[in-house]
Amino acid sequence: MTALTFTLKSPLQQRLDVSPLVPDVLLGKSEKEIALLPLQYGNRRIAAAELFDIEGSDAESVCISGSPKLDFAGRAMTRGALKIEGDAGAYLGMQMKGGRLCVSGSAGLYAACELKGGLVEIAGDTGDLLGAALPGNKKGMSEGIVIVRGSAGDRVGDHMRRGSILIEGRAGAYLGARMTAGTIAVRGDIGPCAGYAMKRGTLLLYGSSSAIGATFNDCGLHTLGFLPLLLKGYEGLNTCFSDPQARCARVRRLAGDLSVQGKGEILLVA
Amino acid sequence: MIINGVHIDETFAEAFPMRATRVIVTAQNLKWAYHAAQAMTGFATSVIACGCEAGIERELGPSETPDGRPGVSALLFAMGGKGLAKQLETRAGQCVLTSPTSALFAGIDEGEQIPLGKNLRYFGDGFQISKRIGGKRYWRVPVMDGEFLCQETTGMIKAVGGGNFLILAESQPQALAGCEAAIEAMRKIPNVIMPFPGGVVRSGSKVGSKYKALPASTNDAFCPTLKGQVRTELSPEIESVMEIVIDGLSDADIAKAMRAGIEAACGLGAANGIRRISAGNYGGKLGPFLFHLREIMA
Repeated sequence: MTALTFTLKSPLQQRLDVSPLVPDVLLGKSEKEIALLPLQYGNRRIAAAELFDIEGSDAESVCISGSPKLDFAGRAMTRGALKIEGDAGAYLGMQMKGGRLCVSGSAGLYAACELKGGLVEIAGDTGDLLGAALPGNKKGMSEGIVIVRGSAGDRVGDHMRRGSILIEGRAGAYLGARMTAGTIAVRGDIGPCAGYAMKRGTLLLYGSSSAIGATFNDCGLHTLGFLPLLLKGYEGLNTCFSDPQARCARVRRLAGDLSVQGKGEILLVA
Repeated sequence: MIINGVHIDETFAEAFPMRATRVIVTAQNLKWAYHAAQAMTGFATSVIACGCEAGIERELGPSETPDGRPGVSALLFAMGGKGLAKQLETRAGQCVLTSPTSALFAGIDEGEQIPLGKNLRYFGDGFQISKRIGGKRYWRVPVMDGEFLCQETTGMIKAVGGGNFLILAESQPQALAGCEAAIEAMRKIPNVIMPFPGGVVRSGSKVGSKYKALPASTNDAFCPTLKGQVRTELSPEIESVMEIVIDGLSDADIAKAMRAGIEAACGLGAANGIRRISAGNYGGKLGPFLFHLREIMA
């Protein structure tokens, strides 16, 4: 069986909500039912077949041609695989609970926001508020793994609660702001105000960081036993963080944010 | 049945159901993993007065441990789940948490989960950090040498305790040599421990005593110095008897270990003073698992 593939007939003029195009919804549906599936396109609802050429039959493995206007891809999905060929818009993988979501291009704002499980992989860059809580909410990403091969915007992991975000490129300002727990690892440089108001959790930084806030105190250089275990957990994800040689790194531990609870940590790889 | 001049008695060893868990202790090197594991499994020879029976199962290479450091696996057995959980927590807290560079992980995932670091974490006095890795929760407890890393829980399963056999020899050194050979062979079998010192018991016991307070007392029928005083099980040439007790995760594991041990003891043979192999048989009153020596060696 070949992957159920949705190819855009023409470039999108409006923003398109593709949240119904996930294995959970598509499994068990006939070709006709899939073709008639209503999608929110701008301010109107439109049948999927009007926007997409639909091929293939394996609804466990869905492929959608990308566009920066393609919003809510993989929203609340719990199983299977979803691949976006190209860019994705905002709210990629929002509240996703399981399965694997891959984007071969970049993603917009609020990618993996309030993620509850599964794996989100973005080959390009991503916008602000990756893995964050939706506006007004206080629980960001609470489980799962997010891999960004490129760079991420500001406020990555805002209000993050659990899970891992692995960024192979750079990250913007306010990394891990208001984090409750979880792990964010960044290979490249990061912007200012990392860990602002973080209560618990770990920021694992490999690149140079802008000045860390005065509310983080230096706890010295350490070889931490949990790091090899943590990095071994990323084995099979094909990221630079799972490199066996990097597992025994020594880190400088900064505890904070002391203006709130102070139980979080920024680990600067020596 | 006679193997290499050694008579195998037509009897059986009686064993009883227990609850068991396996933990993995790692450290900077094998020496310190052993220090922690030996302390944790110390004074854990018999449930009669130790609370649990425990022992080191085997050494683990860095590729076999969760954190990629050298380690050892240890098995702990108790008569009930509550007792096992209590013993595990006390021993882990007093012996592994305190041991330099150590970390403690679950060695069994299945079964009912009992606390490992779940309560030990409070030693961190609020500075302990939780990490969920691969669906499992770990605790990082700040300690003076760095951090004590401990998995939150470990699995507890049904197991079998009290498998045994007796080596009867012409002299004490010969009985001990037979036991040493047996233990060396049995240590290669997975899922079993021989909880007594060096794996060997010289004080085999019978159920009950003339003293009401004691649940067990010396197995007079197998005491060579009482040959003339009691209804003995020993022939004139037997001068020393030693027992090997085996706890295993299943009856099949115990049977496999018994076979390996008896084979090794018989390997020394009558020429080296090993004359008989017998077993602790309590008339079927001790437990439902019966290990017939001749069936095992057939």
